[in-house]
Amino acid sequence: MSFAVRALTRSLNVFHLGGSACNNCDIEILDALTPRYDVERFGLTLVGSVRHADLILLSGVFNTKAAIRARRIYEQAPKPVVVVAIGACACTGDIFRKSYNWDGPVDRYIPVDAYVAGCPPKPEAMLEAVVTLVKKLRGA
Amino acid sequence: MPRTAIIPIGPYHPLQEEPEFFKLHVEGETVVGLDIELGYNHRGIEKLSESKTFEQTVFLVERICGICSTSHPIACVQAIEDAGNIAVPERALYIRSLIGELERLHSHLLWLGLAGHFLGFNTVWMWVWRYREDLLDIMELLTGNRNHYAMMKPGGVRRDIRREDIPAVRKMLDGLKGPLALFRDAVAEDPVIHARLKDVGVLTRQEVIDYCALGPTARASGVAIDVRRDHPHAAYGLVEWDVCVEHNGDVFDKAVVRIREMFESVRIVAQCLDRLEVVGGPIDSNPKEIPPGEGIGHYEAPRGEVFHYVRSDGGNRPARHKVRAPSYMNVPTDRAAVLGGSVSDATIVLAAVDPCYCCTERMAALDASTGRRLMGAKELLRLSWEKTERLKRELGAEGPKLDLARTE
Ligand code: SF4
Repeated sequence: MSFAVRALTRSLNVFHLGGSACNNCDIEILDALTPRYDVERFGLTLVGSVRHADLILLSGVFNTKAAIRARRIYEQAPKPVVVVAIGACACTGDIFRKSYNWDGPVDRYIPVDAYVAGCPPKPEAMLEAVVTLVKKLRGA
Repeated sequence: MPRTAIIPIGPYHPLQEEPEFFKLHVEGETVVGLDIELGYNHRGIEKLSESKTFEQTVFLVERICGICSTSHPIACVQAIEDAGNIAVPERALYIRSLIGELERLHSHLLWLGLAGHFLGFNTVWMWVWRYREDLLDIMELLTGNRNHYAMMKPGGVRRDIRREDIPAVRKMLDGLKGPLALFRDAVAEDPVIHARLKDVGVLTRQEVIDYCALGPTARASGVAIDVRRDHPHAAYGLVEWDVCVEHNGDVFDKAVVRIREMFESVRIVAQCLDRLEVVGGPIDSNPKEIPPGEGIGHYEAPRGEVFHYVRSDGGNRPARHKVRAPSYMNVPTDRAAVLGGSVSDATIVLAAVDPCYCCTERMAALDASTGRRLMGAKELLRLSWEKTERLKRELGAEGPKLDLARTE
């Protein structure tokens, strides 16, 4: 396990990058922080700036206006960074894929490492994605 | 000329319905201007709707907003029913109101938690959201999903409420009454909360009327509008409940209106459950086609009136579908509420209409003209927290005490 991987996967700083979402995915992400799930006990914490991020959660479709910002934000993230697409919107475009204002799949311009399906996915599903990813990175 | 600084809020924030970009212009501590920029969340829903069948449209409008994810469908199916003159079975009406009120409860709890967070009472946030989880469990039991319920369809509802599930809902409601009383008293009695919220972000009655504000924002300023009463639909004409009105129009009253509404929601849900035990019959009138014509539908969403207009040309898709959401009317009132106030109050004032605008998790996309000091939403939140701390010291008070033993 390289130094970078060890440092990356020890205690994840999560940055949440919401596109033109319906908000439910975003709320479920926050829900994971509250007492029922309480992800902070595993060392995961939400951070306010992408420059501190180890893990980026994408949610929602990205419309033409939001996509420009999303690219810019991703470029600012320190690499290596792990990206997880949360919800049907970020994975496939969901019901909005025929929309004239959809900028196309987000993984065309941001490399996505894991996809969590569901509309919205349950907090358990998001946690599982993160756990699977971390295990994989560590080669366990 | 005093130097004006700009505080950008947004454009993204995971807790608000629509990403919006606010620019607060401040001179010293005073807010002197506010710009609002929209468009980050435009998904072309009205146009998309024309490519979906009437039944599919309901799933689409559900995804306009995740927190109001049953308000839009109810308004939408009512518009379709109005266009096609479709009757709805009585049992379906009760189920609609039941789901609608459970949603209002979860939405108001969500707001209350966030308001606590913005004021620096994170304990309140955590506890409120913990009780909200019980509600989401009930939603999962009744509808199969925690958030997007997919219950509505033109002519009725998609799923019946099973008799076996009713006791679980009652149990959850009983469990919720204690915490609700706890939060009501915490807001009503605590001197720090009074100091932070009273006479802050006041919206006068006239301003509400001028801006056409809706929902709790209007009701807190003494304007008693509520489409559930003014334009009865679903089961609201068949159960007993009151419209909650307060008169000062400050943030405190907005919180009080929401808390009182939660008690009303509990009342409505209990009555719907009683009726569901005795009213049988079909839950769906299964309309086969929508004749040419047009129709409108209203629903009082947690944030105010949702309005849908549908025109049918006799085919299986809407020829035109127009949606108006309450925040569209409520957001501009921020201008009246926030100007002249101090920066440390801006957070809670902007949050008071209930799309919540500022928090730490946002992205910063600014067009900073040179020479202007920029401040992020994070600093803004910190300012708000500092003010609470200062008031706590000055008043010698602790902040809202959550006597959790009382909720057992
Ligand atoms: S996946 Fe579903 S819940 Fe998530 S943002 Fe999209 S529509 Fe909303």
